[in-house]
Amino acid sequence: MPEQQASGHQQTPEHTVGDFLLRRREQIAQRWADAALFRTVFTVSRDEAAEAGRAVVEALAATAAAGRVEDPGASAFAVVREQLARTAAARTRAGAGTTQISAEVDALRPPVAELLLADLGDVPADYSRDCVTALTVLMGTLRLVVLETALSAGQDLIDRQRLQLLEATTPVIKLWEGIVAVPLIGTLDSARSQVVMETLLEAVVDQHARFAILDITGVPTVDSLVAQHLMKTVAAARLMGAECIVSGIRPAIAQTIVHLGIDLSSVLTRSGLADALAYALRQQDADLDLSAARGASTR
Amino acid sequence: MSGAFPAPYGGHVPVLKLGDVLLVTLQGDLHDSTAEQLQQDISQAVADHAVSGVVLDISGVEIVDSFLGRVLAEIAAKAGLLAARTVLAGMRPAVAITLVELGLTLPGLRTALNTEDAMRLLGVEVPRSIPGAAPGSPRPGRTRQESP
Repeated sequence: MPEQQASGHQQTPEHTVGDFLLRRREQIAQRWADAALFRTVFTVSRDEAAEAGRAVVEALAATAAAGRVEDPGASAFAVVREQLARTAAARTRAGAGTTQISAEVDALRPPVAELLLADLGDVPADYSRDCVTALTVLMGTLRLVVLETALSAGQDLIDRQRLQLLEATTPVIKLWEGIVAVPLIGTLDSARSQVVMETLLEAVVDQHARFAILDITGVPTVDSLVAQHLMKTVAAARLMGAECIVSGIRPAIAQTIVHLGIDLSSVLTRSGLADALAYALRQQDADLDLSAARGASTR
Repeated sequence: MSGAFPAPYGGHVPVLKLGDVLLVTLQGDLHDSTAEQLQQDISQAVADHAVSGVVLDISGVEIVDSFLGRVLAEIAAKAGLLAARTVLAGMRPAVAITLVELGLTLPGLRTALNTEDAMRLLGVEVPRSIPGAAPGSPRPGRTRQESP
C-alpha cells in the first residue's frame, strides 16, 4: 500500500482514479447494487445488479485510465451504452422523469467519493482534491451518457409509435363485392389524410370497388382542412371510376361545417355506415338490372 | 420544332373502333405533340364512324401534368359536341391524386374502374365474370384465395 501511494504522487489524478476504480470495483458494485438506479431495474437478484454495476465501474476505470474523463464519446462507454440505455428505458417506463434519472445517477457518486478518500489515505490535500474533482467530472460524464441514451431511446419510441399509428389507423374493409369502407377514428391531420386517401384509392383498384365509403363517426372535429381533404379524396375516387360516400357526420360536425361555410354539396353523404351500404347495394342492383335489361333488348 | 423535340417511340396512339365505341389506350408518357395529334384523330374518327361513345383507357399512364389533364377534358368536350359520350377508364391512384392536387377534377367527364366497366357504361353488353367474384379476376385466383 505505501509503495502504491508513493507511486500515486507521480501519476495524474485521472490515472489514480482509474486505478482506484479498477481495484475497488467489487466494493463499489456492491454499494451501487443498493442504489435506486440499479435496485429498481434489476429486481430479480442483487447479484445481477452488482454485475451491471461492475460493468459500469470497469467502463469508468477504462475511461479514466485513458485520461478522457470529460468525453462522453469515450470508447469505453460504448461497451456499456446498451446496458445503460436499457436501464434508463426501464426507469422511464416506471414513470421516472429525466430529472429523477439524473438525480439517481448522481446518487452513485457519494459512496465512490467516500471510498476514494478512504483509499487515498494521507496524501497532500491538493492532490486528494484533484482526485475527487476528477471523479466528480467522470461521474458527470456518466450522467450525460445515461441521459443521452435515455433521450435517444425516447425519440426512437416516439418515431416508431407515430409510424404504427399511421399504419394502424387506416384499415380498409371490404363490406361487399365492389364496396370498400374506411372507418376513420381520431383526429385527422394532413399526413393521416394523405395516408387515408392513398390506401383507399389502392383498395379501390385492388378490390375493383365501385363504391368507397368514408365513415367519419369516430372523428371528433372537422375543420376546413379536414373537409378539404375529404373533398379531395372524393374527387380522386371519382376520377378513378368509383363513387365515394361520406357517412357518419354527427350533428355537431354538421353544424360546424355549415358555420364554416364549407360547401360539401359535391360530396354524397349518408347519415350512417348502414345507410351508405344500403345506398351502394341499391345502386349496384340498379346497375345490374339496367345492364340485364339492355342485354335482353339487344338480343 | 418536332426535330428539336422528337416524339418518343410509339408516338402515334392507335384509335380502335369496337362496334359503336372507339377504344383509345394510352401507354406511358404522352408527348405533347402526340396528345395534340390524338385529339384530332379522335375527333376525326368520331365524325367518320358516327360512334356513340369513346373509351379512354389510361391505366398505362403513370404521370400526368396539367397539360394532359386539359387534353383529356378537351377530348371529352369535342366528342360531346359530336354526340359521343367519353368515359375515362382505369386511372391509377397516384394519377388521380396528382390531378386533384392540381385542381383538375374533370367535372362532367364520366369515369370507370376499367375498360370493361367503361364499355358497360356506354351500353355495350360485356358478359360479367362469375357472380360474386371480383370482375376480371380469374376463377383459379378466387378459389386459391378462399382455401386457407
